[in-house]
Amino acid sequence: MSTASHFVPDRLQTPLERRLKSWESLLMLVAIGIFIANSFASPYFLNAWNLSDATFNFTEKAMIAFAMALLIISGEIDLSVAAIIALASTAMGAAVQVGVGTPGLVLIGLSVGLLCGAFNGILVTGLGLPSIVVTIGTMSLFRGISFIILGDQAYRGYPSDFAFFGQGYVWWVISFEFVLFAIIAAIYAVILHMTNFGRAVYAIGNNATGALFSGIRVARVKFIVFLMTGLMSGVAAVCLTSRLGSTRPSIAFGWELEIVTMVVLGGVSILGGSGSIPGVVIAAFVMGLVTFGLGLLNVPGIVMSIVIGALLISVIALPRLWAMWRPR
Amino acid sequence: MQLELRPDVSVYAAPDVVPLLSISGVTKTFPGVRALSDVSLKLYPGKVTALVGENGAGKSTVVKVLTGIYQPDDGEVRIDGRPVRFPTPQSAESAGVTAIHQETVLFDELSVAENIFLGHAPKGRFGLIDKDTMAARAREILSDIGAKIEPGATLKDLGTANKHLVAIARALSIDARVVIMDEPSAALSHTEIEELYELVEELKRQGKAILFISHKFEEIFRIADFFTVYRDGQMVGEGAISDVSEPELVKMMVGRDVSQIFPERDHNIGDEILVVDKYEHPTEFADIGFTLRRGEILGFYGLVGAGRSEFMQALFGITRPSGGTVKIDGAPVTIHSPADAVKSGIVYVPEDRGRQGAIGALPIFQNVTLPSLARTSRKGFLKLAEEFKLTREYTERLELRAASLDTDVSNLSGGNQQKVVIAKWLATQPKVIILDEPTKGIDIGSKAAVHEFMAELSDQGLAVIMISSEIPEIIGMSDRVIVMREGRIAAELDRANITPETLVSHAAGIREAGL
Repeated sequence: MSTASHFVPDRLQTPLERRLKSWESLLMLVAIGIFIANSFASPYFLNAWNLSDATFNFTEKAMIAFAMALLIISGEIDLSVAAIIALASTAMGAAVQVGVGTPGLVLIGLSVGLLCGAFNGILVTGLGLPSIVVTIGTMSLFRGISFIILGDQAYRGYPSDFAFFGQGYVWWVISFEFVLFAIIAAIYAVILHMTNFGRAVYAIGNNATGALFSGIRVARVKFIVFLMTGLMSGVAAVCLTSRLGSTRPSIAFGWELEIVTMVVLGGVSILGGSGSIPGVVIAAFVMGLVTFGLGLLNVPGIVMSIVIGALLISVIALPRLWAMWRPR
Repeated sequence: MQLELRPDVSVYAAPDVVPLLSISGVTKTFPGVRALSDVSLKLYPGKVTALVGENGAGKSTVVKVLTGIYQPDDGEVRIDGRPVRFPTPQSAESAGVTAIHQETVLFDELSVAENIFLGHAPKGRFGLIDKDTMAARAREILSDIGAKIEPGATLKDLGTANKHLVAIARALSIDARVVIMDEPSAALSHTEIEELYELVEELKRQGKAILFISHKFEEIFRIADFFTVYRDGQMVGEGAISDVSEPELVKMMVGRDVSQIFPERDHNIGDEILVVDKYEHPTEFADIGFTLRRGEILGFYGLVGAGRSEFMQALFGITRPSGGTVKIDGAPVTIHSPADAVKSGIVYVPEDRGRQGAIGALPIFQNVTLPSLARTSRKGFLKLAEEFKLTREYTERLELRAASLDTDVSNLSGGNQQKVVIAKWLATQPKVIILDEPTKGIDIGSKAAVHEFMAELSDQGLAVIMISSEIPEIIGMSDRVIVMREGRIAAELDRANITPETLVSHAAGIREAGL
């Protein structure tokens, strides 16, 4: 083999080939399987309005999951997202009491989300603290503030036009939330897969030192992803508060784990460095379909969480087991 | 060379002597690459066999086969003439095969004794680790190899050389019959290398079969009895060291004649491009000042720990200096991060390729374009066609070998990984390139290619800073040399004054008569 004649092709596999062999394709099969199983299991499943209702199971969580996917790919995590929802919702509720209108409420919800994200981001990137510890701390902190303010009370009295975000329909059975979910999914897919910023996120998650030595502003990129996660929590807070029409301090309790589950189920490596937005989108549908299907069968909530947990572990363990059978 | 000191090896090479360990017909294929193709290797008791070959020739792969990390697709391994299989690293270890790797895995937070006995610690009552016995045996092994290391010391407090000795002690603690040494001298100083040779002699006396992998011909001819040459995953020659000359061995390795001479250069030195003044750091270095001109290669020589890499990393913005100024093209620049340095035209090829140089899990093209994304993209959006174009332009100049530009960098050999890192920086069109031990641990063919390329770059007007601990390389390539000692500049030598004696005496702080 002479050096001069050694030609190196751009690619051996087309991107499409790579995609067909990917995690996302496997997950898609799972989603289709669950869809078919559901339609046999319950006569009420294949109903446009029921299906539309089912999307509310995942749209708000998925909005956060997209930003969380970037965060986990970059090698960090934010467990305070559900607590940010509580704090943002509490802030909006308090603003309602002094007569702030719908545009003001949205602004407050998003701002609180951004500020909380910035707070997490500064602690992690500025002080170099591990994000899992920082956000476990801020999780208690943010929700703690809500509990202090509200106690066992609830804020109500949201303006009637505020209800549109969580209860409005854009066209026929297509809800505003679902449209927003689709738009946010598209935006995050573009950011992660088609921009320099997304490339930097992957580089950092694979080897932060190597990325730094390659001239990537690692701290800045991570900080921005924390901001995005905070902002998405604010968006989810607006939608959820609008849908429920009230704020209690226990709002969105435990969501952070469901969001992380959605991200990991979507094929994002919990160690960072790999994963995709289409994967998270499919995972959102899978989780939504499972909860909805079980709901139609009157399965209690605690069983649902067992099913979701078992689903996560088996979908993640299957490829590993498969690889073990075939010797290297 | 000390030919007369070597025993008559032809007796042992006779076909009736059963090798302690032998492999034959071994083939190993990875996606897109045939790493080993029908190779064989024989190791004899009490003898050193040198395995030589360029990077990517299959040396590391065969070591991984012998230590149970990889399973060969085909072929067999025999010990004492009986076929064996190593499905796991543990099975290789219990068969008496142990390896001291290029980058042996040790644990920084554990003690020296714990590192030595990890996985096979002496057990006491209730199956708990018998710490006293472990410490005593560790002390015994360490003193056997002449290492002055406390078994209770924490590993992270040791220097590179001592860590290496711990790795060797670990290999010996397993009571191995076959010892594989993969570039054991790469991180050692001259005296430590002498000690290593004595250790090898001791292992030979104990009747162990030794596989010795090295890029240094001097030591191959000094300590090996036999040689085996691999090239592109195939065995191309074997025999007794006494029957072969250095040029013959090199020719077998690379398949062509390679000039051992450093490339001719124009020495076309232009204007001042970089001026560093009074650079200092609270602990690592002080009062570093020098100038660098276009087309110049400035060598940085010094002992390990003299502060050369630490200074360069500060210049590149990884660490913050506590004082000092940098001017590029006469204009002062502030460098707080590598991103700033790259923007000012200073780039750094680190010594630690795996951790700092390349991002192994990303494909070649994404590594190359990472600092140049602003140029290959439009308004922040990636343009893959542009990325492939830029990658192709620079990797072809460096004659990169890979299955495709979409291949992950971790699948490449060390020499090719280095080419990816250099291509990445050249693609940014820098003014100053800092190369930190650019040819460390790479084979003679790639080494010549890197030297050739450095010469070409400087002829094109790029200013090059080269950190090197290899005296021939410093002498062969540098226009000027700065010698560092204990964080300070000990001497600045111009071309006429660069000799092995001046370099070593300034680096070690010896004032020789007549210097």
